[in-house]
Amino acid sequence: MLYNKNKLVLMSAAATLALGASGLAAASTLEDTRDRGAVQCGVSDGLPGFSSPDDEGNWQGIDVDVCRAVAAAVFGDAEAVRYISLNAVERFTALQSGEVDILSRNTTWTTTRDTTLGLNFAGTNFYDGQGFLINRDLGVSSASELDGAAVCVQSGTTTELNLADYFRANGMEFDPIVFDTSEQTVGGFEAGRCDVLTSDTSQLAALRIQLSDPAGAMILPEVISKEPLGPVVRQGDDQWYNIVKWSLFAMLNAEEYGISSDNIDDLLDSEDPNVARLLGQDGNYGEGMGLDADWSYNIISQVGNYAQVFDRNVGMDSPLEIERGVNALWIDGGLQYAPPVR
Amino acid sequence: MTIRHEMLPERPAPSLTVGPIAWLRANLFSGPVNSVFTLLGLYLLYILLTPTIQWAFINADWIGTSRDDCSREGACWVFVNARLPQFIYGLYPRAELWRPNVVFATFAVLIAWLAIPRLPFKRWVTLIALIGFPLFAYAMLYGGYFGLPVVETHRWGGLMLTLVLAVVGMVAALPIGILLALGRRSQMPIVKSFCVVFIEFWRGVPLITILFMASVMLPLFMPTGVSVDRLIRALIGITLFQSAYMAEVIRGGLQAIPKGQEEAAAALGMSYWRRMGLIVLPQALKMMIPGIVNTFISLFKDTTLVMIIGLFDLLGIVQAALSDSRWLGFAVEGYVFAAFLFWIFCFSMSRYSQYLERKLHTGHKR
Repeated sequence: MLYNKNKLVLMSAAATLALGASGLAAASTLEDTRDRGAVQCGVSDGLPGFSSPDDEGNWQGIDVDVCRAVAAAVFGDAEAVRYISLNAVERFTALQSGEVDILSRNTTWTTTRDTTLGLNFAGTNFYDGQGFLINRDLGVSSASELDGAAVCVQSGTTTELNLADYFRANGMEFDPIVFDTSEQTVGGFEAGRCDVLTSDTSQLAALRIQLSDPAGAMILPEVISKEPLGPVVRQGDDQWYNIVKWSLFAMLNAEEYGISSDNIDDLLDSEDPNVARLLGQDGNYGEGMGLDADWSYNIISQVGNYAQVFDRNVGMDSPLEIERGVNALWIDGGLQYAPPVR
Repeated sequence: MTIRHEMLPERPAPSLTVGPIAWLRANLFSGPVNSVFTLLGLYLLYILLTPTIQWAFINADWIGTSRDDCSREGACWVFVNARLPQFIYGLYPRAELWRPNVVFATFAVLIAWLAIPRLPFKRWVTLIALIGFPLFAYAMLYGGYFGLPVVETHRWGGLMLTLVLAVVGMVAALPIGILLALGRRSQMPIVKSFCVVFIEFWRGVPLITILFMASVMLPLFMPTGVSVDRLIRALIGITLFQSAYMAEVIRGGLQAIPKGQEEAAAALGMSYWRRMGLIVLPQALKMMIPGIVNTFISLFKDTTLVMIIGLFDLLGIVQAALSDSRWLGFAVEGYVFAAFLFWIFCFSMSRYSQYLERKLHTGHKR
């Protein structure tokens, strides 16, 4: 992602101001949210698969489902969310000023954002990263076979630097075809000016379905940069931070133990202690967060487990058809890992 | 020798001097050079229009529910069709759509009543339109009264939001603009300098900066938990910005009125407000209709800038719809539709202003 130094300075200044002002805050975010009757969730103003309004005007996407999970945990109602669309510039201010309670807007977790803005990243709901889109005709199945390829890339982005680093590190040659905008880059790829198009995986998937022949192109499994995207909360309210963090973990644990929104009611009297603890049948793990014992039951039954959320919004059941890849569970060789409920 | 006692019946003029052929000869083929240009123009039109018509009508897909119903050879109006309620009302709850419809209908009736000269009770209708209607529209759209459920402003959008922004901006900016224009010509130093500073400040800052300030900086200066609705912030920003422009347009009109007019009114013993209200302003405003409407039209189009503060106006909701993964790749259809709606509104405003000018034309036109 692009990073601008002036913007950083401005945001830090804004953060300092916000911290000064937040001394006035009395009630906790959880209490405020309960009084209001809805979680205020900052989402993107439109990003395929992450957050966008559907034909009926309901928000949907993998980022939106994080908001719904938190609402399910807090209210037992996944629809008790007030969505506020934010653009890239105002997203942190909106969180700092209390306009939103959670920022779930494909925000990359970086040191600067985590440490200087008065914010906390509550986990990763999508491991994004730079990938490669190729023509199937090329007959390539791995990025390591791309030696000598012509690569379409947008100029002046970190994408361009990552690309050069990757090829140099692997001792391969490449021929960069540089474009100014992402539309031009796709145009260049479609016109056959290059063999490979590189960008973030989630964007490649959205670009692929806009090609005249989507089936003729595929995304290679390799991811060459780290763009962990996750929900963000304000610093200084650890209870709320825990709620958001464990809402995410509940969905991951549910997938690991094979609990989905379809079979959850059959599993309520399961013998498996992991399942019983997660579903609140054995002990009350919501208490420490100020929630009811059925907090995770509500999340899983109303929003689903992580696999359902992923497949529905960006995975194989969606037009984007993104492979699980690094977003698979740790037991399947991916990076998604949740601490145990105990 | 024949003598006729009756007049010969009238005969039609030679066909070459009247009718379409004569018109063609006079206007399109009056000489070799013009004939060549006419043919060239027709050829250009043919080259440009054929693919457009083929794309927009002949090869276009109209019926369906998903992207699979589109052949992608021409325009896919299925997309616009599926999203039409959203383009008009934004994310307004489907069950409550009758509320904006009632407001739209009332608005249309009031506007028509005021615009058609034959209808009576103009004064009362104006009063209702300016005071009753905004309260009524607010109560209907936002809810909370008469048992209507509250629909918060972040669910407003589409054409409805564009109209709310534009109408409130226009109605509020005109009186503020008039006061500022009068203030700037005032002899009183404090009033005058306040107006000059106000106008020059708001006119010197781009609208996009004002909106950014309102959405990014303003919340930081307010205590936590206290937040002014985004729509209100945008409305205040747009109104103040436009009133500065309006003030300068109206001041142009004021300056064009000969000083004798005001002096004559003063000689009759009229107070300042009566001089302005009865003598100077009616003449100045009438003269400035093109300028005022120009400002209104640019305001109408400037409302699209609220997109950058996360409000979904007509253009914003079209863009949000384009990011639905089930409808990726129909950007052209979406933008053409948005442009068409904008054109209809701006063109109507322009035509009405021309009509108004003709109606009020009392010998000023040169």
